[in-house]
Amino acid sequence: MSILDKTATELGAAIKNGEVTVMQAVEASLSRIEESESLYNCYVTVDREGALAKAQEIQKKIDQGILTGPLAGVPTAIKDNMCTQGLLTTCSSKILGNFVPTFSAQAVLNLERAGAVILGKTNMDEFAMGSTTETSAFGETKNPWNPGHVPGGSSGGSAAAVAAGECFYALGSDTGGSIRQPASFCGVVGMKPTYGTVSRYGLIAYGSSLDQIGPLCKDVRDCATIMEILASHDPKDSTSIKRDDTDFTDALVEDVKGLRIGIPRDYFGEGLDPEIKEAVFGAAKVLKEKGALVEEFDLSLAEYAIPAYYTIAAAEASSNLERFDGIKYGYRTQNYSGLHNMYKKSRSEGFGPEVKRRIMLGSFVLSSGYYDAYYLKALRVKALIKKAFDDAFAKYDMILGPVAPATAPRLGESLSDPIKMYLGDIYTISVNLAGLPGLSVPCGIDSRGLPIGLQLIGDCFQEKKLIRAAYTYERARGGFAGPMQNTGSGVSGGSAGAGEEA
Amino acid sequence: MEKQYETVIGLEVHVELATKTKIFCGCSTAFGGEPNTHTCPVCTGMPGSLPVLNKRVLEYAVAVGLATNCEITKYCKFDRKNYFYPDNPQNYQISQLYLPICRNGNVEIETENGKKLVGIHEIHMEEDAGKLIHDEWDDCSLVDYNRSGVPLIEIVSEPDMRSAQEVIAYLEKLRMTIQYLGASDCKLQEGSMRADVNLSVREAGAEAFGTRTEMKNLNSFKAIARAIEGERERQIDLLESGHKVIQETRRWDDAKGESYAMRSKEDAQDYRYFPDPDLVPVVLDNAFLDEIRRKQPEFREDKMARYKREFDLPDYDIDIITAAKRMADLFEATVALGAQPKKVSNWLMVETLRLLKEKEMDPEDIRFSPEHLAKLISLADSKAVNSTVAKEVFEEMFENDIDPEKYVEEKGLKTVNDESALRRAVEKVIADNPQSVTDYRGGKEKAIGFLVGQTMKAMKGKADPGMVNQLLKELL
Repeated sequence: MSILDKTATELGAAIKNGEVTVMQAVEASLSRIEESESLYNCYVTVDREGALAKAQEIQKKIDQGILTGPLAGVPTAIKDNMCTQGLLTTCSSKILGNFVPTFSAQAVLNLERAGAVILGKTNMDEFAMGSTTETSAFGETKNPWNPGHVPGGSSGGSAAAVAAGECFYALGSDTGGSIRQPASFCGVVGMKPTYGTVSRYGLIAYGSSLDQIGPLCKDVRDCATIMEILASHDPKDSTSIKRDDTDFTDALVEDVKGLRIGIPRDYFGEGLDPEIKEAVFGAAKVLKEKGALVEEFDLSLAEYAIPAYYTIAAAEASSNLERFDGIKYGYRTQNYSGLHNMYKKSRSEGFGPEVKRRIMLGSFVLSSGYYDAYYLKALRVKALIKKAFDDAFAKYDMILGPVAPATAPRLGESLSDPIKMYLGDIYTISVNLAGLPGLSVPCGIDSRGLPIGLQLIGDCFQEKKLIRAAYTYERARGGFAGPMQNTGSGVSGGSAGAGEEA
Repeated sequence: MEKQYETVIGLEVHVELATKTKIFCGCSTAFGGEPNTHTCPVCTGMPGSLPVLNKRVLEYAVAVGLATNCEITKYCKFDRKNYFYPDNPQNYQISQLYLPICRNGNVEIETENGKKLVGIHEIHMEEDAGKLIHDEWDDCSLVDYNRSGVPLIEIVSEPDMRSAQEVIAYLEKLRMTIQYLGASDCKLQEGSMRADVNLSVREAGAEAFGTRTEMKNLNSFKAIARAIEGERERQIDLLESGHKVIQETRRWDDAKGESYAMRSKEDAQDYRYFPDPDLVPVVLDNAFLDEIRRKQPEFREDKMARYKREFDLPDYDIDIITAAKRMADLFEATVALGAQPKKVSNWLMVETLRLLKEKEMDPEDIRFSPEHLAKLISLADSKAVNSTVAKEVFEEMFENDIDPEKYVEEKGLKTVNDESALRRAVEKVIADNPQSVTDYRGGKEKAIGFLVGQTMKAMKGKADPGMVNQLLKELL
């Protein structure tokens, strides 16, 4: 078994018992990056020097018994909207193209404290606005399963990097599905925790009331292990919650007996790819066979989630992104006359079209005379959605459904029709609106050879139930071939599939 | 007959709260540091930074609300006010619009026609902005974020005031109340208290309000009074000449005694207020409110009654001493050390006020300690120093808070009570000034004054003038 085939926890164990050195792991990751970055473009920044230096430092601490955690020495990648002290943090935007933070995000600090070696910063949709990683100012990321397709987004760089073996796990952020959907498109596991579980300090905000950091990784065990490291109460984040139930790895048990699983009928209506429907129902069947009680029910309200989400997220974004004005940091236009002209030109030149669209949308829904009709109404819808979930969780331990209505679209397909792209978030965004945890685990491959994801949604603070069910399913499902194993020879395997569709 | 006009005034008063740290981060609020030294990622609006509410700010805001008879909003929120300006690092200010912390209060003021209630519409918490420094030589502007995030409360009155006198009375009442709470030093000159005046005029007896303007940049009570008079006249002139008052914000230039328009309502910005998603709603319980109620200080009215009762001071003294919390505190602490109340009062009313005025200082700036004032009073009481020396020592104490006992000792200022030494000095003065002696003996009573002066001079001011007088008369 080559180093790169190991999961993060397998590698952590191998480093701990001296089978593999941190340097070997980092070098293996860096050489994979060197091989395949030109194809996939998972990273905005690769910190080769930093990672090599860190490898030595971490190895020493492991040898001295200072670092003993399960992921000490394991190379990781961070989505480029999380601040990393001294390391370029761009949000995949021209406007932050030169921005080097003076501090690190709390989630990053938590990983570093656990002995993570950061390989670099992963590509994303600009300011996390998009579902394909095509809105990045630094070029799109390609899906390692088939580089003719997108990896999903906005954490597409993180998902693709894990799938391509360019890191062992990665951090993403999820505002409306931005972890779960790319995880599904790239055949990896991704989790969006309960709002408030992972500190947002140092996460460059898109929609503050919806944003949550979470892991993208190779399997459910990795997911639980990373979650244990990430979750922490942070006094610097007012929305951070104190929890004493973050021993997520305790939930890694194969047992779903008596677990009540609800399948919302309205998630399987028009617009869902039949192959996905089949795969998801197949997964439900597996859980049922393992002893879970599975039944269908009506969740309703799903159709209102998209307009409510785009209203709230855009409103918050329009304000959150005001600080990017070319005054204190980031991009400033070359030629300008006066302050307001400088603002206008810097922002016009610095932001891409999708970001501008959402700033305009958000500014509109907050403007005087429209606030009640749009923003307040969206907040009321949000409350109703939460209520609908509360009712569902009175009956069920979790909700099971697809992550997205289709598998990864071809490059360029989505950008031409933003509404269609927005509709792709139908199954994920209500989870953010209600602040719930959601987990995406691979459950099949469609006829085009692209992975399909299964989504499990839990009530607030019920991550452990999701982990238990996902772990049980994953064990029953058996190994899930990565894009590299597909054709046996890594990078060329992915590219071979590039033109197979007519 | 000439029309009679009534002036209608409402105030928006910003008060900088006396917290040690800023409203949403741990940076110092100290005034006057090197530019951008009291800053961090939060108060400079760095990407990824998040605000966390300083609990002291909430306590002060509630304390002011309770002292001004407001209803306290037990579920309140912060909102973002969005506008682009370089002194505002996030390009939005965190403030309160929809659910301010206090509402529907009032304060009682004294007017020519007796007591009057001025309504308080609301009090909300917000963050201050940074400061722009325009460098005309370099043709550039620099920004200092030391003040960015300093906590403010904005007290919005109802349009209940009708004259500059009422406005000043209202402001003095607010200032006193807030100083008594220790919530702010409320210095207009330094900007820790800022008042914007909303003013309109209407024909006497009219029901509807006229169109109002908002006046900014008022840095003293005098400027406020002048601006009110000026704006009232400007609006009446407009109406009399058949023009309309335009709703706008104006800036007062106190040096020129006139105002000019800054922006009209038409170009008023849409601030797109919405609840700040980075801050959780503030939920107050009764225990919190009770604790603040319990800690409310004795306010001026109660204090005045008590001073009368306990110390039997004249009303005039009580009025002056209680006008500033700092004075009242000093008074009480000095009396507690055993000094006689009326004597303490005299030092505060006469010498302290004189020096404050001379040096253009506020009572808040007084540096000397009650211990030192008590010692000085005891030195004077025991005739260890005469009154001229006592005043000199007091000045030194006022400047540098010196210990009067040590100072008198070190400088050798003690009154000389040694009669033989004094007698020798008097004899020498008599011998040296035969003309004055002759004058005195010839019936010129006034000549003795000169001789007393000469003796005091010879004694370097350290003699008891009464004793000198007595000796002179005896020897002549």
